[in-house]
Amino acid sequence: MSELTLGYFLRRLGMWLLTIWIGATLIFTIPRLAPGDPITAMVERMIQQAGYIENSADLIEAWRARFGLDGPWHVQYRNYLLSMVRVDLGYSLANFPARVTDIIGRSLPWTLGMVSIATILSFCAGNLIGALMAWRRVPAAIRNILPVSLTFTSIPFFMFGILLISFLAFKWKIFPAFGNYGRGVEPGWNLDFILSVLHHGLLPVLSIVVTSMGFWALGMRGMMVTTDGEDYMILANAKGLRSRRIFWFYGIRNSMLPQVTALALNLGAVAGGSLLVELIFGYPGLGYFLYQAIISADYTVIQGIVFMLIVGVATAVLILDLLYPVIDPRITYSKGQT
Amino acid sequence: MTTATTINPADTAMVDRGPAEQDTILDIRNLQVFYSTPTGDVRAVDNVSFKVQRGEIIGLVGESGCGKTTTAMAILRLVQPPGRIAGGEINLDSVNLADLEGDDLRETRWTKLSLIPQGAMNSLNPVMRISSQIKDTIRTHEGKISNRELKERILQLLQLVGLPSRVYDMYPHELSGGMKQRACIAMAIALDPVLVIADEPTSALDVVVQRVVGETLLDVKERLGVSMIVIGHDMGLMAQLVDRLAVMYAGRIVEFAPVESIFNEQFHPYTQLLIESIPSIKEKKPLKLTEGLTHDLRTDMQGCIFQLRCPHVMDICREENPPMRALRNRHETACHLYDDDGVRLH
Repeated sequence: MSELTLGYFLRRLGMWLLTIWIGATLIFTIPRLAPGDPITAMVERMIQQAGYIENSADLIEAWRARFGLDGPWHVQYRNYLLSMVRVDLGYSLANFPARVTDIIGRSLPWTLGMVSIATILSFCAGNLIGALMAWRRVPAAIRNILPVSLTFTSIPFFMFGILLISFLAFKWKIFPAFGNYGRGVEPGWNLDFILSVLHHGLLPVLSIVVTSMGFWALGMRGMMVTTDGEDYMILANAKGLRSRRIFWFYGIRNSMLPQVTALALNLGAVAGGSLLVELIFGYPGLGYFLYQAIISADYTVIQGIVFMLIVGVATAVLILDLLYPVIDPRITYSKGQT
Repeated sequence: MTTATTINPADTAMVDRGPAEQDTILDIRNLQVFYSTPTGDVRAVDNVSFKVQRGEIIGLVGESGCGKTTTAMAILRLVQPPGRIAGGEINLDSVNLADLEGDDLRETRWTKLSLIPQGAMNSLNPVMRISSQIKDTIRTHEGKISNRELKERILQLLQLVGLPSRVYDMYPHELSGGMKQRACIAMAIALDPVLVIADEPTSALDVVVQRVVGETLLDVKERLGVSMIVIGHDMGLMAQLVDRLAVMYAGRIVEFAPVESIFNEQFHPYTQLLIESIPSIKEKKPLKLTEGLTHDLRTDMQGCIFQLRCPHVMDICREENPPMRALRNRHETACHLYDDDGVRLH
């Protein structure tokens, strides 16, 4: 009997913490390996704009202290880790009084909602299409139409996004070209707002779903063909079970297992890819602000957003890890077999 | 079990088409299963006819590829493309299974005939508990049943095949090979079918477990009065289990006899070689039946199908396909070597 044991949970949680710690360390290290210094760069930019700034050297020193960039590297590292634990990501360099956590707090829900809905939709639709393509009881006519839905997989999703915008937003004006909800709409739990959010979110979600579901479909088709040849499928037929039950509970249920592993492995890429989608659709999520931050060399915001992405992906993997033994009883929670 | 039926695979007209005997539950007539290949149909099962009486266990033996499993799959209507049932009748309880389609076929499956699969190792769905796999079978065919009644029934089944009740909540990977096989037997009798087909029920099991599974099958047969077709290579199991033994070669039945008589006396040269090749624990003996030289199954061979490997081949064997004839002791064979009384001609 597989039961979720505390030991298993703690081990997974440990992995989660380790992943985040390594991620945070990389974020800390990489900018410091690069030549140049963000504060000097910023002050120099200000000098260029204003012509001249008095005591620029003092200013640089003061700001360094303010952003925790003074002192030896190990002190900086300790302070950095402490502030990460407190979820204090500091101030934005480009928009100074704004705190990084505020920027992330405003954009994270949009990314989280859009990306998770798109990922779940693409995973479900792709797997279902793939399974049907391999299922002999589906009429041949339908089975031959299904691969057509996968033709968009060969198009990069940002190209597809641009296509969607140019036709559905600019040419026919069915959908808005950018933004997360309409201007005249009051945010809150009211129908207008929800409809507006759906209306604005549909194109970005569509561009991710349509271009990524082929990946799932092809994997699922292969798995389903293998599963269909298993002895338990023959027995399921001999038992006279309804075709639908065999398809879901014997076919898909078993073929799904490697797909869930693939999902866990691909979550990072999914999150990275969605950043570009946000940019194309002017969707004010993490990706959009990350791009703005990169343009304006806003290191603290870059650090903060990348850190959030690492935490997000690590958390999603943690959830899948905890879920996996539930969907495959052969994976036990006990030590040595996970 | 009083009649020795005359079965003639070569000549349909000679097959007894009178009213089926009271206790015949399965009557297969001229069954043909072909696999289509780019170079023509492979005749995997060619003109096989036999009857199974109520409460009788028939053994089906022969070398790999002789059509044993294909025959079983045809009876269950589970022949997968590119295979197909090319002809013949499979009358189970007066219903021709070969004609059934769609829901009629689905509803007949398991309620009337069930399968104990080859390689029980992989025949259970690895992500479902044993109880759920028996439950879904019962629910599909009998509709809504209360969980309590269902549980009681399944526990009874498990007990019948000698499994402890904790198996109820277990997953297949938590069971040993023998336990899995017995779980499959429990599942096979869940709906009280008239016929159970066991496809190599003891392959991949150690000898002790083979014995236990064999005894479980016998026990089940005696308690439920179910008929069985047992397929296998294991002559020891056959001797222990079956009432009559059918020997298949290249898609046809070449000899069919009560099991006690076939081990004493074999008529068909193939059966002789097959029985001789059973390894003995007491002595080492050379293997006489060699591999290879089976005729091309894509052609309808002229004469006897065993002529290429037969040590006693005669001129007539190359000309005429020997019909299945009843000799003595309810012993039937398809061979030119004997006259109608089973006296060897040369």
